Amino acid sequence: MTTHTLDSTAREAVASACAHVDDPQEADAVDGVPSGLVARPADTDQVAEVMRACAAHGLSVVPRGRGTKLSWGTPPRSVDVLLDLSGLDKVLDHAAGDLILAAQAGAPVADVQRTAGEGGQRLALDETVPGSTVGGVLGANTSGPRRTATGTARDLLIGITMVRADGVVAKAGGRVVKNVAGYDLGKLLIGSGGTLGVITDATFRLHPVPAAHRWVVVAVDSPAQALALAQEVVHSQVVPAAVEVDWAHGAGSLSVLVEGRADGVAGRVEAVRGLLGPAATETGDEPADGAAYPWDVTATGDRRSTALKLTCVLSGVADILAAADRSGVAVRGSAGSGVLYGALPPDTPVDDVRAALDRLRQACASNGGTAVVVDAPAAVKAAIDVWGPVPALELMRRVKDQFDPDHRLSPGRFVGGI
Amino acid sequence: MATPSDSGARVEAVADVARRLLPDDCVITDRTRLRTYECDGLAHYRVTPALVVIPRDAAQLAGLVRACAEHAVPFVARGSGTGLSGGALPHAEGVLIVTSQMRAIREVRREDQRAVVEPGVINLDVTRAATPHGYYYAPDPSSQQICSIGGNVAENSGGAHCLKYGFTTNHVLGADFVTPDGDVVTLGGAAPDSPGYDLLGAVVGSEGTLGIVTSTTVRLVRLPEEVRTILVGFGSTDQAGAATSAIIAAGIVPAAIEMMDALAIEAAEAAVHCNYPDGAGAVLVIELDGAAVEVEEEYAEVQRLCDDHGAFEQRLATDPAERALIWKGRKSAFAAVGRISPDYIVQDGVIPRTALPEVLSAIAELSGSSGVRVANVFHAGDGNLHPLVLFDDAVEGAGEAAERVSGAILDLCIEHGGSITGEHGVGMDKSKYMPRMYTDEDLDTMQLVRCAFDPQNISNPGKVFPTPRLCGEVPGRHKGAHPLQQAGLAEVF
Repeated sequence: MTTHTLDSTAREAVASACAHVDDPQEADAVDGVPSGLVARPADTDQVAEVMRACAAHGLSVVPRGRGTKLSWGTPPRSVDVLLDLSGLDKVLDHAAGDLILAAQAGAPVADVQRTAGEGGQRLALDETVPGSTVGGVLGANTSGPRRTATGTARDLLIGITMVRADGVVAKAGGRVVKNVAGYDLGKLLIGSGGTLGVITDATFRLHPVPAAHRWVVVAVDSPAQALALAQEVVHSQVVPAAVEVDWAHGAGSLSVLVEGRADGVAGRVEAVRGLLGPAATETGDEPADGAAYPWDVTATGDRRSTALKLTCVLSGVADILAAADRSGVAVRGSAGSGVLYGALPPDTPVDDVRAALDRLRQACASNGGTAVVVDAPAAVKAAIDVWGPVPALELMRRVKDQFDPDHRLSPGRFVGGI
Repeated sequence: MATPSDSGARVEAVADVARRLLPDDCVITDRTRLRTYECDGLAHYRVTPALVVIPRDAAQLAGLVRACAEHAVPFVARGSGTGLSGGALPHAEGVLIVTSQMRAIREVRREDQRAVVEPGVINLDVTRAATPHGYYYAPDPSSQQICSIGGNVAENSGGAHCLKYGFTTNHVLGADFVTPDGDVVTLGGAAPDSPGYDLLGAVVGSEGTLGIVTSTTVRLVRLPEEVRTILVGFGSTDQAGAATSAIIAAGIVPAAIEMMDALAIEAAEAAVHCNYPDGAGAVLVIELDGAAVEVEEEYAEVQRLCDDHGAFEQRLATDPAERALIWKGRKSAFAAVGRISPDYIVQDGVIPRTALPEVLSAIAELSGSSGVRVANVFHAGDGNLHPLVLFDDAVEGAGEAAERVSGAILDLCIEHGGSITGEHGVGMDKSKYMPRMYTDEDLDTMQLVRCAFDPQNISNPGKVFPTPRLCGEVPGRHKGAHPLQQAGLAEVF
């Protein structure tokens, strides 16, 4: 492992700002880039102190929750300080009567769900990478099958506290769902990959946990059939919570989730079965072993698959499946919202990855969407364009320049080298 | 600092560009005609713009904005002008860009559950275009028959049904957008989750301060199989509030729960004869929608919960005409108070729903001690209050007294962890309250976004923020390129 050493004055400054600092271990590298120091602040104030120290010494900073998605995106240009937020792990407040919950960025999503669940509520966001924290889910903007009905982080986040690159603490939004006072900074931070600021806590709207849920699954033998059935379901009156498609090696399935009140779900399941045909079967469990992505999210280094996020308009799903089929890419995802995920095995030659990506980018683009490489082995990331075309990139750079003028926050991990 | 004559010459330069780009009747400089644009829906703020232009398409609009940028002339975008916070109030030395002639519904794609519309399209017309396909556009501000999508995007408009369906921001997927430099960019797209920052999320609700949307891709929602609208009479707002909390606690998410108190009911009766229950201290309008089997179950439970909390009358609308009448009472409530008071202020505060009884009794106390009458109409489901503070401007000091009560109500909202505006926007009207809700650091951080989009501060200046941030060079910005950048490698990542 290559190492990275901070000069002693800078190290001293960060150490005096933060309750815990440690020398980096191998696991503290970010996508192969070694970090100089691991700082583990205990609260928002300490995060601000660390950020001020880093600003004073020109140090680059990469925030980390539990590190479950730390290799996503492009490798950072440098990691002087790995800002470990796992110490900010508390669920702060659950106001069940108001259907809201606040948690620190390092709080595991599982803890959030446990707390919300005690009041018969949930954060309506699938935990697609087990072990994820609140901050990690926001930074990476992950979502799963239920996005068809309840949307994504941007539809659920109502308030946020962030620490800027210069150490200034700022809040936006608040504790009420309906609020149009000021700019919605939360939306800007969602999916920003830790490049605009450090999220330290977040407040969400919750949903009641439905009394009942059932999946109805049917095998499909062509992309066209998958699309036709998905269209039947989304245009019907069954109000699906999720419409998932799975497609690999020329065969696949379509799964429809119905959530609601017990009698209502029973009636709607019958309607779904009517749409999907006599071969459809019913289950209480999540199909496809519950995983949202067609790749192993725990694999690291060269054992990583090339993981793709493929988006399209709803009517484009068949085109994406067909293009994936021609490229040997296994696909799984939300036919109900036009967000699919693809995977190529870790040992796929770079040229094959490139050819598959080109074909998928074309298919996605002609259906209003994009193909982004979520994660991949280092050799793949080095050889291909991870992000593809990004409209309004110049405006994004201007936003970055305002929030982080010295480009010290997760430098290089985001679109266009941001 | 520009002198007035400077500013006149600069506006004239923009007018010259406008005359080249637009037909004559779309460039207004005549003082009398300019004055017809002097206010939006909040009529007590009035400013006559220096120039009004009415572009027909995005290219013309971008050309106008480029001219404004080149000559450092402020511009304000305006749709139908129905906003209630003075967001489209013109700038005296600036250009008012009216988007009402950009009104094509370009596409309705049932298969994708999307429509593409121009900013001047009327909100309800999107639903009208989608209905034959079994779809509708969910955000439904009370002004939906006249307000425009462009204004909705600027204000992040809500409506009675956003309890279940969310606000404009949850229904806009993409936009063609003109930056304050006059550059045309695409934000978001037809598919979800475009790569990069969610700039669209920042633009929606930015009240025209970041630029102008020239086309919007919106999400269409399947028309529900079943809709039940129930009008429920209670003896008091406390009972109605308790029933609301019980419904939410039961895990039901109605499409809407609206409340009106006795004074608001009186006004609505006088104006539209909606025939609400006699002697009610409060009414709830509850709407359930969705799959018929679900609605059936929820309806039974809602009936029971309302009875448990003291409902003395429950009326189910059995056909669209009856439903329309129930909603007419609610949706006409603002205008209706004109029947019982010569003047009134509409507030738009938000509180956590559980604070409802406490805040309502505090408002009653404020009203009692000041002698200023307050009618309450609100979205009870999400705690968005619209207290109507009644006064007679002909009486000396009445306006000021009403203003004081109105401000005190906002303070109550902030004290309870709420917001100064749930859907009407900050605009001109509430910018002075922003520092009560946010710290200087919060406001400074929001304005970093402003500086990125509009460093010249010409896009709807003076709105939202009480004091503008100087967008000069940020200290330490130019430290030289990173070695990888210099080597030409950074862009590869």
